[in-house]
Amino acid sequence: MELKEKIQNELLENPVILYMKGTRDMPMCGFSFAVVEALNQYEVEYKTVNVLEDPEIRVSLSEISNWPTIPQLFVNSQLVGGCDITLELHQNGELEKVLSNAKSSTE
Amino acid sequence: MTTNQVKELIETGLPGAAVEVTDERASGDHFSAVIEWTGFEGLSLLEQHQKVYGAVGEYLTKEIHALQLKTFAPETA
Repeated sequence: MELKEKIQNELLENPVILYMKGTRDMPMCGFSFAVVEALNQYEVEYKTVNVLEDPEIRVSLSEISNWPTIPQLFVNSQLVGGCDITLELHQNGELEKVLSNAKSSTE
Repeated sequence: MTTNQVKELIETGLPGAAVEVTDERASGDHFSAVIEWTGFEGLSLLEQHQKVYGAVGEYLTKEIHALQLKTFAPETA
């Protein structure tokens, strides 16, 4: 299966998914760490994908999302944003609403 | 890169924008920018940032490792 297809399936199968550098327990970049920290303050299940495992992931992902940098947070296959936007939503209380929309799709 | 080069890149891509660029780590590759631009009106935060990334183009992830953004449309008084 082509990488792009694999990513699109991942987006469909996981209501909340974070493409990041490193893992949830071992983030390898400050921006990825900041998003994980924000997400961990909500009771939300989320999958993480370590883009460092395969440099091609980043290329295919950016083609899908039209977003050049990592991390990238998706809810219901929609790009929420990178670190700046996720933290801005977190600070103004909107991230909770965005994440709660994700839960409804798994029930 | 220098903050001026980044500033010029953004100003070229977003004509008329008010742009302030800071070299976050004085390392010439981690920048933050505050941008006010009429062209952001009606755009979501995501679309605003995508416009800026479009202006910076190929430099991002190459010469520019990180570009933190604070974008907003002018307050309509």
